[in-house]
Amino acid sequence: MRITQGCFSFLPDLTDEQITAQVQYCLDKGWAVNIEFTDDPHPRNTYWEMWGLPMFDLPDAAGIMRELAECRRVYGDRYIRISGFDSSHGWESVRISFIVNRPKDEPGFRLDRQEAVGRNLRYSTHAYAVERPEGERYADR
Amino acid sequence: MNFQSTTVRGKDRYKSGVMEYKRMGYWEPDYQPKDTDVIALFRVTPQDGVDPTEACAAVAGESSTATWTVVWTDRLTAAEKYRAKCYRVDPVPSSPGSYFAYIAYDLDLFEPGSIANLTASIIGNVFGFKPLKALRLEDMRLPIAYVKTFQGPATGIVVERERLDKFGRPLLGATVKPKLGLSGRNYGRVVYEALKGGLDFTKDDENINSQPFMHWRERFLYCMEAVNRAQAATGEIKGTYLNVTAATMEDMYERADFARELGSVVIMIDLVIGYTAIQSMAKWARKNDMILHLHRAGHSTYTRQRSHGVSFRVVAKWMRLAGVDHIHAGTVVGKLEGDPNTTRGYYDICREDFNPMQLQHGVFFDQHWASLNKLMPVASGGIHAGQMHQLLDLLGEDVVLQFGGGTIGHPRGIQAGATANRVALEAMILARNEGRDYVHEGPEILAKAAQSCTPLREALDVWKDVTFNYESTDAPDFVPTPSIAV
Repeated sequence: MRITQGCFSFLPDLTDEQITAQVQYCLDKGWAVNIEFTDDPHPRNTYWEMWGLPMFDLPDAAGIMRELAECRRVYGDRYIRISGFDSSHGWESVRISFIVNRPKDEPGFRLDRQEAVGRNLRYSTHAYAVERPEGERYADR
Repeated sequence: MNFQSTTVRGKDRYKSGVMEYKRMGYWEPDYQPKDTDVIALFRVTPQDGVDPTEACAAVAGESSTATWTVVWTDRLTAAEKYRAKCYRVDPVPSSPGSYFAYIAYDLDLFEPGSIANLTASIIGNVFGFKPLKALRLEDMRLPIAYVKTFQGPATGIVVERERLDKFGRPLLGATVKPKLGLSGRNYGRVVYEALKGGLDFTKDDENINSQPFMHWRERFLYCMEAVNRAQAATGEIKGTYLNVTAATMEDMYERADFARELGSVVIMIDLVIGYTAIQSMAKWARKNDMILHLHRAGHSTYTRQRSHGVSFRVVAKWMRLAGVDHIHAGTVVGKLEGDPNTTRGYYDICREDFNPMQLQHGVFFDQHWASLNKLMPVASGGIHAGQMHQLLDLLGEDVVLQFGGGTIGHPRGIQAGATANRVALEAMILARNEGRDYVHEGPEILAKAAQSCTPLREALDVWKDVTFNYESTDAPDFVPTPSIAV
């Protein structure tokens, strides 16, 4: 399967040239750009690991693309996303977020159903990847 | 117009009998509205032979303290403070016989935090007043002091996006069709297909409550199975607006509680439940971490005609105060009423922290929202993937685009329809961010995206020529000079 979190998951994987253009868009808006990675793709896993601090005040995308290349070199078997953060009043949150790296194989999720009172079911979404310890989840897939 | 005060003062003012409203203190052309005043702008169409100033003063009177005759009991109160004051009357541009009346109301006239109380005055008896042919509430200026007495949207645009983990693009939805007649089991099928195919939300229609063909509990149970299945299939948070509209508050609370118990992220109500019920549900939603979707069912009965009723921009202001998170606010290009400029005005009212006066958008006053949460506008009704560039241009990024027919009517099924919409949207956002002239290159951008997405190609083929070009019934009346500033 292919997880469809983020802004561009329904398009073919973005090329570095396309990623550069999106990063430049964020910088031109005055947003801080953040690189994050994870091997737990649960839709409610909010806090992916940060690859360093968000990058404030950068004039062009090249520096961020270098950081992305470095992050990919170390964590190329995990999900990596880029987000743009807008600190202006009334927003003070993420403005855009998109996946820029995926594990080669995405095993997806199992839906667990627990029968409860009446016809109610308790649902939980279980990522197959997290059956292994953190750091080994996509190692030899 | 007549700019002289005609108010009778001293003891003559309280002599028993009938006195013109403009002589009773409801026409005060020298009055300077206070920062804390509520201001209403009415479009007044007096009966033939009625003096326009008197008609406008009567609107001020009948929407505040006046009755048809002088009463001595006024003298037991600070009557001058409580009288609404019409302070400005302008002829409506290119509409002979109609007048814009600016009326200021002291803040003490209104109960804090109550839309019901506000509207009981402003659109109460006065709309049936015999000396008027027609009356329309065009806009309101709500002072910060009053705005601050309201909860505002239970969740707000920013927190909604954070909760759903969806940023940088409009959200996508679809209303389940056919809107009536599906069983719970079949209904859930449509929800599953649409969400798995790529939509963020599906939606009950306004008149889906609990009918013989589908009891509400059946719908909720099957819908949540569908939502959770789609979530596991995509790794993405999904939602379906479960309509909890019902006959009584007790029923609505019961349904909302069940939706929460099942883990839904969003519930839905209809405008027809009334202002107090809406505010109650907004409080419930805030308390239960629930996004609250409002369908504006019924609004066109009083918003659509320019001469009489209440403008939707006023309803939008009331709903932002009342505390809903989503409101249907028009598509411009779709099947329902929507002049582009007027619609722009509605969207600004929902989403901005400050609305400057913009007569071309029908916005007559500067309006501060004092950091009240933002309200997500929803565009629904007769839109399809082929219009994506226009929708993005006209409506912006913080909007839910609802493709009902435009998803479910896809020749290769609902999932394909959903995928077509999502791909079209992502391709357009990508192009916009790259700095392309996406409005003009829109069809090219879509065609390019369709090369690697068959469902999009099929959608574009089926709906390429569908447009709804009819003349609008509610465009702003203004002269393009900023002369109406308060």
